[in-house]
Amino acid sequence: MEIQLACELPRVQNMVHVQGSAKPRLVTPGEVIYQDTSFMRGHGTYMEEGVQVASVAGYVTRVNRLITVTPLRQVYQGAVGDTIVGRITQVQTNRWKVDVNSRLDAELRLSNIQLPGGEQRRSNLEDERGMRGLLREGDLVCVEVQKISDDGLLRLAARSIKYGKLSQGTLLAVSPSLIVQDKQRMHDLPCGARVVFGANGYVYITPTVPQEQASTYTVNFEEVPVDIRKTIGRLRNCIKLLAIHSIMISPTSVTSAFDMSVEQEYEIKDLLKPDVMQDVAMATVQMLNE
Amino acid sequence: MTDLNLSDAEKSYIVDGVKLGIRVDGRGRLDYRQLEIETGVVSTANGSARVRLDRTDVLVTVKMEIERPLPDQPENGRIHFFVNCSANATPEFEGRGGDDLATSLSAMMERVYSSPHTLDRSKLCVVKGKHVRGLYIDIEILECGGNLFDAISLGVKTALWATKMPKLYVTGEDGGELEFSVSDNPHDIDRIDVSNAPILITHLRITENLTVVDPTPEEECCGPVRVVVSVTPQGFITATQQFGSGTFNPQTLTASLKSARDLGQKIHNRLLRKLQQEEQMSDRQMQEFCGRHMDQIPGIRLRKVVILPGVQPVGLAHVKGHI
Repeated sequence: MEIQLACELPRVQNMVHVQGSAKPRLVTPGEVIYQDTSFMRGHGTYMEEGVQVASVAGYVTRVNRLITVTPLRQVYQGAVGDTIVGRITQVQTNRWKVDVNSRLDAELRLSNIQLPGGEQRRSNLEDERGMRGLLREGDLVCVEVQKISDDGLLRLAARSIKYGKLSQGTLLAVSPSLIVQDKQRMHDLPCGARVVFGANGYVYITPTVPQEQASTYTVNFEEVPVDIRKTIGRLRNCIKLLAIHSIMISPTSVTSAFDMSVEQEYEIKDLLKPDVMQDVAMATVQMLNE
Repeated sequence: MTDLNLSDAEKSYIVDGVKLGIRVDGRGRLDYRQLEIETGVVSTANGSARVRLDRTDVLVTVKMEIERPLPDQPENGRIHFFVNCSANATPEFEGRGGDDLATSLSAMMERVYSSPHTLDRSKLCVVKGKHVRGLYIDIEILECGGNLFDAISLGVKTALWATKMPKLYVTGEDGGELEFSVSDNPHDIDRIDVSNAPILITHLRITENLTVVDPTPEEECCGPVRVVVSVTPQGFITATQQFGSGTFNPQTLTASLKSARDLGQKIHNRLLRKLQQEEQMSDRQMQEFCGRHMDQIPGIRLRKVVILPGVQPVGLAHVKGHI
């Protein structure tokens, strides 16, 4: 067991440098941004007694006369079309309640999923009774955000073959602000595992499966061999260290961190140590900047 | 301990991993996560320590009082344990939610330290039969990331090591009652001998006859039953307790006890060495209770940091929650 004194730990440094431009101006909620009233107020600001005040903690961006404050970390708000990973918390009459790392649990209706059997049909009473056979409490699903209602409740859908119940693997929760915007969320990485980068910050790592699958609701309980487990373990530790050092998480950055850790011949469990984490993070940032 | 719901697929992945000898984060069955310790975080207590085991965060303080000894033990000092599961740790601890867990933790600690081989309580005696030192050990659970017993026991041992009790001198007698004077000199102190203080090692049984050490919250959902073993540096097992609904094969239990003893001795040696090293460092920078240096964050000017006892300070210097 490694024991370290708190004063010996490497300090988490600010690693990501903004290219070219000056350091961004950081503001905290309640701080006056500009005294000038001629600026237009964007997201993250409000007017108080004639001056513009920030409402979130973040950095100030100015485009012509528009001032916005982009928050550094935010709870996942949801955007239509996002692919996210969620965990079923409740099974109700004709819908499931899903935890998506947001303020409210999202809703997945029975009518919005692809029913087993493949063909398009209306869901009947039998399907309602058999809901738990499809998805139970605790199951992980990969779904798409279909609609956002006024109070912030997300309506989800899993209408195509690529969505549905997730098979064996491991889940990692990071801040949603660290996930890079990408059209395709599910990536088969060259190191030999499939990673689903949910837009809500839930990242799921699973062994690659062949494309043809009978139904998206049966889980393959076959034992995963040791070498794939090693890959998954290393990927998990790499994503965790990227998140701790606030580096954006994308397939490229994760693959770079993975390759870097293999090159330096770090053992998988060594990647849990703070100094090793910082080493790999700095090397990844360097590699990405090139 | 937390109410985490895992899917069958995730559980099967974890269980198969343990069978093959490689856990989700690459550790072996008997590997611990990184441990961080720090002493002297609460200056108003006689001794304090903060222990971090990955996501598990525990703060332990030791305060000394003069009190009457128990009638059947006139020469022994007293030790009191109190565990508080802060609502900051997980939402389940809100209100009375954490009380069951807190009672089982403090009961375990009392059992562990009840053996005469652990702490020599006669050294805590001031006047036999009348006045003894009482140690009030308060344990605050700041964040719950699996394996609470081990973290708490390490915190208690570290805090007791760091405890500085002022020396007491009997000045006179006033009508049958003795008068004391407490030494003002900060270097005129008594230390507690923790060379026999035990630590707890948790073995969680995942499958038929395999146990893992230092379980994460996800692993704790997969294993029904665990055994907590208390080991002293000499390899003496002072207490064992089984938690959870399940059974232990006698061979598995014996194997767990043996490996707990070996692991415990190794951890004790390393811990003592690190604590001695920390004491040598006279000019170390304090991490403060916020856990991060204030000058480390560029551009963020702190508005107000409010520090209330037992509550996390409010301020942007403290980053918690998701990684």
